[in-house]
Amino acid sequence: MTAPVASTDAPLLEVKNLKVHYPLRGGFLKRVVDHVRAVDDVSFTVARGRTTGLVGESGSGKTTIGRALIKLAPITGGSIRYAGAELTGLSNRAFLPFRKRVQMIFQDPFNSLNPRMTVEGIIREPLDLHFPAMSRADKRDRVASLLRRVGLEAEHMHRYPHEFSGGQRQRIGIARALAVEPEFIICDEAVSALDVSVQAQIVNLLQDLQAELGLTYLFIAHDLAVVEHIGDHVLVMHQGKLVESAAAEEIYRDPKDPYTRRLLEAVPKLAV
Amino acid sequence: MPLLSVEDLRIAFHGRDRVVEAVKGVSFTLEAGRTLAIVGESGSGKSVTALSLTRLLPDPPTCRVSGAIRYGDREVLGLDRRGLQALRGKEIAYIFQEPSSSLNPVFTVGDQIAEAIRLHLPEVKDVRGRVVEALRQVGIADPERRHAAYPHELSGGMQQRVMIAMALACRPRILVADEPTTALDVTIQKQIIDLLRDLRASAGMSVILITHNFGIVQGFADEVAVMYRGQIVENGPTEEVLRHPRHPYTRALIGCIPRLGVRQDRLATIDHAAIAREMAAGA
Repeated sequence: MTAPVASTDAPLLEVKNLKVHYPLRGGFLKRVVDHVRAVDDVSFTVARGRTTGLVGESGSGKTTIGRALIKLAPITGGSIRYAGAELTGLSNRAFLPFRKRVQMIFQDPFNSLNPRMTVEGIIREPLDLHFPAMSRADKRDRVASLLRRVGLEAEHMHRYPHEFSGGQRQRIGIARALAVEPEFIICDEAVSALDVSVQAQIVNLLQDLQAELGLTYLFIAHDLAVVEHIGDHVLVMHQGKLVESAAAEEIYRDPKDPYTRRLLEAVPKLAV
Repeated sequence: MPLLSVEDLRIAFHGRDRVVEAVKGVSFTLEAGRTLAIVGESGSGKSVTALSLTRLLPDPPTCRVSGAIRYGDREVLGLDRRGLQALRGKEIAYIFQEPSSSLNPVFTVGDQIAEAIRLHLPEVKDVRGRVVEALRQVGIADPERRHAAYPHELSGGMQQRVMIAMALACRPRILVADEPTTALDVTIQKQIIDLLRDLRASAGMSVILITHNFGIVQGFADEVAVMYRGQIVENGPTEEVLRHPRHPYTRALIGCIPRLGVRQDRLATIDHAAIAREMAAGA
């Protein structure tokens, strides 16, 4: 895939020596006896307008990285620079402008949408937070156009999440992420819970949106085949460490790390 | 004579204001020791078909099942409670997608396997020994200790092994595996499929694999039946269906799987309107 926006030399995101350690307490005084090194000294960059894939198995730390980037996981050490600005150590208030530029799409479209809110309410919520001055009518127009943009209909805004299929719910999640016009989207297992045909539709939609809006993606998944398809660059995590970082076509042709090779071997292959 | 034969199976759910026909006339047979994969997407009727084999669906009037399901010389649709009890678990056992929600969180895994053994095989004296053996069979290290573990102390892959141990403890003739690896990591997925392959051979068991993923069907199933909107649209030997799919839906379903090492600009999607046209033209 060619990048829609000429990627400048400076990466949009620069992660250096990132550590997320959780204390393990034990003994009768509940003293810290050890740490779980969920993310252990990980460094990588994400190029603007491109898709960086992040693969690994459960417990590899891939989701924790995504969460740490938007201040949803406590950072033990290291630095995260976004568009040249340091994000670690910012207060919640100082972080808010970045939360507008960086959005997230979650795995489970069944649990990540509030069942008591209408689709309009769900997509409007980030607008209420980040665009307090926008009028109600303008917000409604924006919701309608977002729904059309992700392949749904404007009338769907009056419905509730349970009235939609898994694929449609993921489209609602994408519309919510796009509402505040972000430049960077973290897709955390965004297609893992979907059927293969629906997965293909959502992957294609994400690629269309990237081409149109110049979005940058960090695409976190355990399915190497999907990541290799959508990613320009692929990062492989194993037990909290980054074990491989290479261009998508390289990773399949010439995997360097033994763990990457094992992961490639385990992917079910269809010979037809 | 096949071990199991299903003929013109129809399953309809009756709601307050509408009837949903989930399965519309499905027929297939399963020979002893063979593996059949039923492949389809959410809503195709594949899981409901699997559940109907031992009547695990709601009773009428909510759900109506017709047709014939013959297991040996028994007609499953004509069995009473006691007849079904003798069939479930002991003759036909199940494993499901989400092991964490299939296991009871407040009992140890050993207790849960023991319960199945006591219910279906009252003649077994050394239940604990049988539990330990079942756990060892599915590759759980140190089963003498691990049988006392609670489900939350085990990983997803280990939990699925426990489910398999529970299903196999009563030595069923048919194992129905409904998306057994969908919730698991790829490396664990491979381990579970390899395990099922070994156990199938050593126990001489038949397997019905329910899945949406053609990738795990190849090299595992002898035959495949493709389900689409409540019907089997194509069936045959796995390699033949995969290499020479005749039905447009089968071709579309195979086409939308991302392939490692094959760079595509866009993934193929399923054009249901085009399939409907082709089906109408072919009929």
